[in-house]
Amino acid sequence: MTNIEVKIPERQRPWINRGASVRELVVPVAIAAVVAAAINLLTGLAGALGFYFAFVLSYAVVAWFTGRRHDKVKGIDKLATAFITLGFATAFIPWASILFTVVRRGWPTIYGGYFTTDMRVTAADDDLAMGGLSHALVGTVLMLLVASVISIPLGILTAAYITEIRGKLSGFVRIMVQSMSGVPSIVAGLFIYATVVSRFKFSGLAGALALSILMLPTIARTAEEVLKLVPEEIRSASYALGASQMATTFRIILPAARSGLVTASMLGVARVAGETAPLILTSFYSAVFSLKMIGEPIGSLPMYTYQNFGVGTETALTRAWGGALVLMVLILILFSTARLLSGRGQK
Amino acid sequence: MVRTVWHGGTLMTSVLSEPALASPPRREIVDRRSLGDRIFRKGVTLGALTAFIVLSLIASLLFFRGFQIFSAFGLDFITTSTWEDVDGTVENAKFGVAAMLVGSIVVATIAMAVAFPFVVSSALFLEFYVPHKLKAVLVAILDLMAAIPSIIYGLWGYLVLMPLASGWAASINNYLGWFPIFGVDFDNFEASPFVSGLVLALMVLPIAMSVTREVYSRAPLDQIQAAYALGGSRWGAIRTVVIPFGRSGLVGGMLLGMGRALGETVAVLLTLNLVFEVKFQILASAGGSVASLIASRFGEASPLELKALMAAGLVLFLLTLIVNFGASTIVARAERRVK
Repeated sequence: MTNIEVKIPERQRPWINRGASVRELVVPVAIAAVVAAAINLLTGLAGALGFYFAFVLSYAVVAWFTGRRHDKVKGIDKLATAFITLGFATAFIPWASILFTVVRRGWPTIYGGYFTTDMRVTAADDDLAMGGLSHALVGTVLMLLVASVISIPLGILTAAYITEIRGKLSGFVRIMVQSMSGVPSIVAGLFIYATVVSRFKFSGLAGALALSILMLPTIARTAEEVLKLVPEEIRSASYALGASQMATTFRIILPAARSGLVTASMLGVARVAGETAPLILTSFYSAVFSLKMIGEPIGSLPMYTYQNFGVGTETALTRAWGGALVLMVLILILFSTARLLSGRGQK
Repeated sequence: MVRTVWHGGTLMTSVLSEPALASPPRREIVDRRSLGDRIFRKGVTLGALTAFIVLSLIASLLFFRGFQIFSAFGLDFITTSTWEDVDGTVENAKFGVAAMLVGSIVVATIAMAVAFPFVVSSALFLEFYVPHKLKAVLVAILDLMAAIPSIIYGLWGYLVLMPLASGWAASINNYLGWFPIFGVDFDNFEASPFVSGLVLALMVLPIAMSVTREVYSRAPLDQIQAAYALGGSRWGAIRTVVIPFGRSGLVGGMLLGMGRALGETVAVLLTLNLVFEVKFQILASAGGSVASLIASRFGEASPLELKALMAAGLVLFLLTLIVNFGASTIVARAERRVK
């Protein structure tokens, strides 16, 4: 008997553009830019915004005529392509501006002592060569650690309920997690204020609790996606060998999804690292380096930024940008680690 | 042996007893789980109910803390917009969140209106236009954008965007000022709902877009191929197949973004001038936001005002819950239809 190999051809995605030449892309943009510059200089459409509108208009016209050479359908297609591309590009401008501004305005604050000193003797308005944000950095790291210890196990349990136990409440649990992800951060802060802070004063622990409320849904949802990727055969094989469900879950499924679960946790941490609103109500702010999580306020990067913004003088604002820069780098590190860990096997 | 007889007009079949064959004894099938597993399942179920427990605790606690306010002011808490705490007693105080509630909705609506064309075009661009290799990079960048903290958006919105946007607002007012919502009483265009709305539009774009893109990516390939086979262009396929298919996903994504926008605190606090008056002049330097109200009044609130803030928190919580619930129902239905 011979094996007959059946090859199913891969389905074509007709929109995939094969070999669009660079010339095709650059020439219309160049023409449009020149025309827009001319309009910008000669007519009332002045300034950056004027240039933008002139560019959009002339790019659309150029695109229309490149397509219209063939037929009307092609013309409309090119016009649509122009608007869709411009829409995407436009959305990127403000983000580029945010990244650029944070780095440019925050950079002057960075010096060796910025990470080793706190603000206990330095006023927000003092010279930038004095003081730092060690207190804020340590506060943020501590709160994130405690929040992770609470949220990661609960988030993974929630996901495991949906993918492993598959009980009657799966749909309900999913809806609850979805609703919880929509809880405004200020409401989470208010809740912890009412339960914890009003009895035990502002503390790092209260801040961590508020953050864990916001962190849980992200972890639960990402972990659910990850656990779903574990092949069903592995579960069946484990049961067939006589393993209990507990052993299957803890010794087979969760280890198999380990890197994905780490990614889920990191995404959860990255999502809440910059939360400010709940911290105003829970951990508040302290300018003194401290590792105490109970009984007294603790500093944090978002509150450091918020506090300095509130002072409002030029030096204080620079400090605020400095805090924003450090915060952004922290989130970037968390995010890229999560990405790298999940790199293989996912889309 | 089987014997079939007619009995009273009905066909009856009866099986006569046969000598029993030697068959192995039936094994008892146990489908009871072991004790360890039963405890394990209970434990996981309990863990999974955390979300439900936390949500109900939030709702009930805010309700009880704000109860005095609800019972003293009743519906006036929602329909009036005076916020006065004279001496910490209910008799002399007036609390109403109408202006803040309307303000929240106005700002979120502006944000969604501004974001909408960009949500659609970015989702289409990433799914149907961008080269395959670049797509993964761009999606990663967008995910990162979604994680930029609101304090940074607020900082940027106040110090970079506001000087620009108030200029734009002035020229909109100049040309379209005859239209009521673009009119202003004073020529101050800073810290307006317009500026806040722009910042929020930027913040909700990644979320709304990723949901929309997800639904667009499931558009039936057969129909797209058919559109091409009939001589349609890429835009033709998108217009006739992808967009009608993804309509409910788009609505769901936008609503999800709206939920996020309604609950946003710090970015709005930094870019909006809170005024206790219901207004629809989106370019004027006066607006409202429940979330920002809580953050801004919290510091110097008396015990009574704190209760009012708890009540306001409950209103905000319920509002976002409804919006989010609607959004996730729509998205879930859109995704189920595909499977």
